[in-house]
Amino acid sequence: MGRRLGEIVPPGTIIALNGELGAGKTVFAQGVGLGLGVRELVTSPSFVLMNVYRGRLDLYHFDFYRLDEEDELDALGLEEYFYSEGVALVEWAGKFSRALPPARLEITITRNETGGEDERLLYVSLRGDENMEFLKEWSKQCCF
Amino acid sequence: MPHRTLILGLESSCDDTAAAVVLNGRHILSNIISSQNDLHRRFGGIVPEVASRRHLETINPIIDEVLAKGGVTFSELEGIAVSHGPGLVGSLLVGVSTAKALAYALDVPLIAVNHLEGHIYANFLTGASINFPVLCLVVSGGHTSLIHMRDHGELSVLGRTRDDAAGEVFDKVARALELGFPGGPAIEDLAQRGNNSAFTFPRALMGEDGKLDFSFSGLKTAVLNCIRRETEQGRPVKLEDLTAAFQDAVVDVLVEKTALAVRQHPVKQLLLAGGVAANSELRRRMRRRMDGEGVEVVIPPPQLCTDNGAMIGAAGYYNLRRGRVASPALNAVSNLGLEGV
Repeated sequence: MGRRLGEIVPPGTIIALNGELGAGKTVFAQGVGLGLGVRELVTSPSFVLMNVYRGRLDLYHFDFYRLDEEDELDALGLEEYFYSEGVALVEWAGKFSRALPPARLEITITRNETGGEDERLLYVSLRGDENMEFLKEWSKQCCF
Repeated sequence: MPHRTLILGLESSCDDTAAAVVLNGRHILSNIISSQNDLHRRFGGIVPEVASRRHLETINPIIDEVLAKGGVTFSELEGIAVSHGPGLVGSLLVGVSTAKALAYALDVPLIAVNHLEGHIYANFLTGASINFPVLCLVVSGGHTSLIHMRDHGELSVLGRTRDDAAGEVFDKVARALELGFPGGPAIEDLAQRGNNSAFTFPRALMGEDGKLDFSFSGLKTAVLNCIRRETEQGRPVKLEDLTAAFQDAVVDVLVEKTALAVRQHPVKQLLLAGGVAANSELRRRMRRRMDGEGVEVVIPPPQLCTDNGAMIGAAGYYNLRRGRVASPALNAVSNLGLEGV
């Protein structure tokens, strides 16, 4: 699903990714990277806080996991990346959602409580007035 | 080059601001790391923190203090070494800009050091004699890489993590168990009293033919699933056993992959580096395993395993000796690669 999203996501999109530890946020991000044509390995940015990858569009991969105070976001220079031609993907975005632009794609990954340990449910919502076309296309491709 | 070469090493790639004065790439005259320093009190309780503003506030006082402590004046410095990546651009830039200004003002070479390369050079500060080629295992919160080093400046990455770094998984498991940050020491402590076969956790990519990459995110999820399962079934998790089994899985993978790398790339020495190299179980098991392979293991003392300026000063000295001087246009590169340093 991540890969299919990466293939069609338009420039400037911000993807806010949430879900508990071990839910699969980085795995999803790896898929988006594949879809964007990133050749490097997309790895967890928890410690380094952000990584930049070159692809069809640049992928800016952030992680708020380790941050506790909003002013720690200063170091990331978020605005510079959010208002650009790349795709910004933010893990643990919910910790500081006020720091994100209002127009964004929200994805929450949860465990399927009634299913097995490897099953996941994705909740997807588009906020702001962005166009819906790529989302329709994505949902068609993923058959939900 | 004069017989006595003093290099100032600056490091600000992540949480800590650090500076050190290093003599001839082998001896530390002074070494200060912000998170361990009494500067904390003066600046109102600075804990490891990422804001570049904090680096900016601490870097000049730290440089003054490291020179005073080492009994060195600015005019005695033969070069300014700085880590310029990988890391956070905002944080790196503080070190890079400071180093540029100092090098320009003092009219001495500016030396760029790759942060990972720096970790490896902590081994040159141990007094051990190091004979190339060597193999290096860099394990920290941000990196897990096996590196073959043929000579100074000739490094190639043989394998790296495909997802989470080893130190990151230690911290995440520790946080899930509410053991605090950093998680490594707390887990190590508990694990000493636990039974490592009480739980079985996966060792990822061990079966893959000759591949030297690592993967730790599956282990992380397995441990979290285990905690959840036990809790749901009303069984209190015995922390000692869980941490012992978890640490065992991480150490197993690190040791076995390293042994595989040693067979593929015969060397006489293995250099450990990075924060996880402070883990005593890893040190013990790696030594034992490498003994069997006829490989000597060199490990820096714990305070040189985590980020510090001395390792940058050491690497800077050897870069300078090879004539690797950076231009005043040096920039911070967040995803700087290790090849061709």
